[in-house]
Formats: sequence, C-alpha cells, structure tokens
Amino acid sequence: MSPLIEIENLSKIYDNGHVALDRVSLDIKEGELIALLGPNGAGKTTLISIICGLVRPSSGHVTVAGHDIIEDYLHTRKLIGLVPQELPIEPFESVIKSVSFSRGLFGKPADPDYIEKLLADLSLSDKKLSQIKSLSGGMKRRLLIAKALSHEPRILFLDEPTAGVDVNLRMEMWDLIHQLKESGVTVILTTHYIEEAEEMADRVAVINNGTIIVVERKADLMRKMGKKQMYLELQSPIATIPEQLRPYDLRIQDNGQVLLYNYETRKERTGITSLLKDLSTVGIGFKDLRTEQSSLEDIFIDLVEERIDVLERAERSMALDLSES
Amino acid sequence: MNLNGVKAIYVHEMDRARRTIFQSLVSPVISTSLYFVVFGSAIGSRITEIDGVSYGSFIVPGLIMLTMMTQSVTYASFGIFFPRFTGTIYEVLSAPISHIEIVIGYVGAAVTKSLIVGLVILSTAGLFVPIQIAHVEWMVLFLLLTSITFSLFGFLIGIWADTFERLQIIPLLVVTPLVFLGGSFYSVDMLPELWQKITYFNPVLYLVSGFRWSFYEISDVSVMISLAMIAIFLLICITLTWWIFKTGYKLKE
Ligand SMILES: Nc1ncnc2c1ncn2[C@@H]1O[C@H](COP(=O)(O)OP(=O)(O)OP(=O)(O)O)[C@@H](O)[C@H]1O
Ligand SMILES: [Mg+2]
Repeated sequence: MSPLIEIENLSKIYDNGHVALDRVSLDIKEGELIALLGPNGAGKTTLISIICGLVRPSSGHVTVAGHDIIEDYLHTRKLIGLVPQELPIEPFESVIKSVSFSRGLFGKPADPDYIEKLLADLSLSDKKLSQIKSLSGGMKRRLLIAKALSHEPRILFLDEPTAGVDVNLRMEMWDLIHQLKESGVTVILTTHYIEEAEEMADRVAVINNGTIIVVERKADLMRKMGKKQMYLELQSPIATIPEQLRPYDLRIQDNGQVLLYNYETRKERTGITSLLKDLSTVGIGFKDLRTEQSSLEDIFIDLVEERIDVLERAERSMALDLSES
Repeated sequence: MNLNGVKAIYVHEMDRARRTIFQSLVSPVISTSLYFVVFGSAIGSRITEIDGVSYGSFIVPGLIMLTMMTQSVTYASFGIFFPRFTGTIYEVLSAPISHIEIVIGYVGAAVTKSLIVGLVILSTAGLFVPIQIAHVEWMVLFLLLTSITFSLFGFLIGIWADTFERLQIIPLLVVTPLVFLGGSFYSVDMLPELWQKITYFNPVLYLVSGFRWSFYEISDVSVMISLAMIAIFLLICITLTWWIFKTGYKLKE
C-alpha cells in the first residue's frame, strides 16, 4: 500500500533567508500515529504548515492520498484537519457556530447531530452556546480539535496539542488521540515532550535544524538507539581506570566506589562478558551489579545535542566489537 | 465548487453583522439623518433648486453613495482583517476552497450589508424629502456595481493593512475625501472652473453622477461614461485581488 502522505525533498527558506526545512523526506502510512519530536525552532510547525497550505514550500513535493498538495489542493485539504500550535479564536462567536462554520468551510453539508456528538466527545456540550472568549485555555484547545474534526478528516495534524495543558487534561487529550487513532484517523503530532511521543506514537521522527535525523518505529528506536548502563559496585574503591580497560566506555563514580559502563543494546555484542573477564584479570572485584535502560528522552538528547558524542561512542564500541571478534 | 464553503464564510460574516447590528446599521442611519437635518433642512432651505430638483432631494443619491462606499470598504476590510489579526485565517487558508470562492464569501457578505444599509437610507430619506426614481434598473445596477467595487477595494485594504491604524487610514484619507469632493452635495457646475477640472479626476464623481441620473435624470457626465468608469475601477480591483492570491501576498509565508 502506498503511503498516505509522501514528503519528498521538501525545503523551506523563509524570506529572511532562514532555512527552516532542508530536504526533508518522510512517508506516513494510513492509520499510523507519528510524532514529530524536536526542540524549539526545529521546523515542525513549518513542515505541518506546508502540508496544510499555510506556507509555500521553496522546493520539493508533498502528496496526500496520491494528490499533489499544491496542484490538487482542493482534493488534499478535504482529507486534512489541523489543530494549530497557537490558539487563534474568534472571540465573540459561539462554540457551536464556530464548529459548524469549520464544517461548512471544508465543503461538508451541515450535520447538527454530528456536531453535537463531537462537542459531547470533547466535553464541550454545556459550553456550546458560550462565546469563545469565555472558554478556558484547555477548552479552547478542545474547541480547536472539534473544529479540526468537524469535517471528518482522515488525517489530523496536532501541533503541540498538550502545550500549556495540565496533567489531567493531558491524560484526557492522550485518551482522545488514542480513540481517534482507533477510529482509523492518521495522526501526526508534534511535541517537545518525549513522554508524549513515548506514550502515543507508533513511529517517532526526530527533527532538528530543519532536517529529520531519524525516523523509526518507537520500539525499534528504543532498541537500536537505546543505551544501557551497567553500574558495578566495587569491593574496594579505585582512583583511575587501568590501562587494559581503556577501550571500554567506563566512568568512575562515587569516589571510586562505583564503576559505570555505558553500552548500546543495538550491538550484537554488548562487551559485558569481556569486560567482566578483563576486570578479574586486572583484579577489580565487585559486590553488586545493576543495569538501567535509557528512556526516549536520553536518546533524544543524544540525537539532538550530543550527536557527536553518540558517534564517538558508536565508533569506540565498534572498535571493541572488532577486538572481540 | 465548494458551495458549502462559500455559504459558511457568507453566513459567518453576516453573523458578525448581526452581533454588531448597532455599528452596522444604526450608526450609518443616524449619521445620514443628521446630514438631512443639517444639509437638507438647515442649509438646503437657503439653496435654490438644482436643475429643477429641490436641494434636499438632490443630495439623497449622493448621501446613499457616500454611505455605501464607506460602509462597503469598512465591512469588507474589517471582515478579512479581523481573522488575520486574530489568526483564525489559518482555517480559511487551509480549507479546500478556491480563491474566487473566498472572495465571493467575504465580498458577497460586505455587498449584502452595504446594500441593506443603502436601502435603509433610501427609505429613511423618503421620510424627509420627496424622492422619485426614474430608472429603477439603472439605480439597482449602480448600487450593485458600486458596492461590489468598493467591497473588493475594502477587501484589498484588509489584506494590505497590518495594523488597525492602517486599516482606517485609506478610508479616512482617501475614500471619505474623494466621496465628499465627488459631488455628493453639489452639482459640479456650482464650482469655480479650476475646481471643476480637478473634480473630473475624481472617480467618485462619475459614480455619484450616474447614480443621481437614475433618480432625477440629471447628471454632470453622461451615464455611459459613469458606467465605464466604475467598470474600470472594478477591473482594477479584481486584478489586484487576483494578484494577491496568486502571490500569497500577506497571506502566506
Ligand atoms: N515567518 C517566518 N519568517 C522567518 N522565519 C521563520 C518564520 N516562521 C518560522 N521561522 C523560523 O523557522 C524555524 C522553524 O520554525 P518552526 O515554527 O517551524 O519551528 P518549530 O519546530 O515548530 O518550533 P516550536 O517547537 O518552537 O514550535 C525557526 O528558526 C523560526 O525562527
Ligand atoms: Mg511549532
């Protein structure tokens, strides 16, 4: 099955010369929930805005359900609902009119029953006649979700749906997004929050400085990029790492009481056996041993802020692999 | 054709007018009534007939034009400026709706509103002075063309303006003076010769003149010239609107 959204070599250079996207390519399958994870200014909103028609691409192509987003925009936009990052509202309009307006705007005939149900699903029923300016921030966000869903889109873009939302509401929002996914809607959400991506996404695309660094199924990403750490509690403290142990990524902690070993689970060989062997060779004994798995957050920080470090470490462990085989 | 979309924009804009019914309808009616009291009764009683029409009746077409032109510009410019200002324009720009349809929705609503205001003023004027309409079909044609043209013009201003001041500056500095100097309250041959010449550069003169002809069959210039002028102005506005959407000027990054 061909992907629902195909992004091909998409670049955006803003008028001030800023390169917000640099040859981004990404395929999104029908029914999946993909998280675009990246720091401020990474280009997440720009990417979404291009697909939705708010920003013109400088070069590259995007197709949605096989249709070009520029030539066939009348076709592609019908399939898309967008919840923007900001909360733009028409202050004096009523909630229900605002949602009905969105439905009409996207070409659908009026359907009061559907709108009522949508408002109920988003716990906005008792606010339907209120002016929008009287809603709380969380309600406004739910209203914008209702507006985006008013025309029953197949694809939903959520640009930071849980920014500035309290914990309860965030859980509710996650539930809602899960439900949408269950009902077959393809969801693309952007977030700074790793836990959000970890909680919800099938796949994670990490984006930084306008390029997609990695796109992986979440589980694969965790497995491949995930680091484990092994803590060895030593019988007697050491001050320096002996020469023989230099090839390992070792660190001394707690005044020499603890030896910390970083290794990557994606490697066939983790190096643990040989490390333990080498430890006994140099005569370092340990009382206890415990391992920790890195979270998506650690992976993310590695990818974005310490990419070089990751590369170095990868190289080092590669050298280790060679020496082991 | 996304008819539901056009309708949604149109209804949405008409709703805004309903919410602000006072500004939309009551204030132009009040200010027009004031013109009648001041010009029609107080000053008009000292002015003799112009081309066989009493001064009070003479100014009615000009007053309707004055109000319709300024209101068309105001409604249409505000209609598109407001969603740009609040950011809600994102929805229209991401909707499966063509540029022409967007314009029809916004400009259509502004035209409707200014036509309503025009007709209300016509009826109000009827309470003060005797009015006779010689060519109803021409009157309707001029009303329509004028409100469409000025609504489009307002739409352009609403897209061009980045601030509320800018939104108001063109209507205030350009439209109102042109309309006032366009023969709404006088016949051109009442002016000194130099001013007469200058006045012929004012496009509004042609509109007011043609419109007044449809009432009393008196005019400063021939009706066909009036029609040609408004057609030209309309074409300019259509071209500019087309250019704005083509380039995404001030609408898209
Ligand atoms: N209209 C614009 N003109 C010039 N530069 C812009 C414009 N909009 C965005 N940028 C720049 O493009 C880059 C990407 O912005 P974008 O909004 O896509 O980032 P983002 O990933 O959504 O960030 P955030 O997480 O803060 O929302 C930023 O450096 C931003 O300053
Ligand atoms: Mg953003």
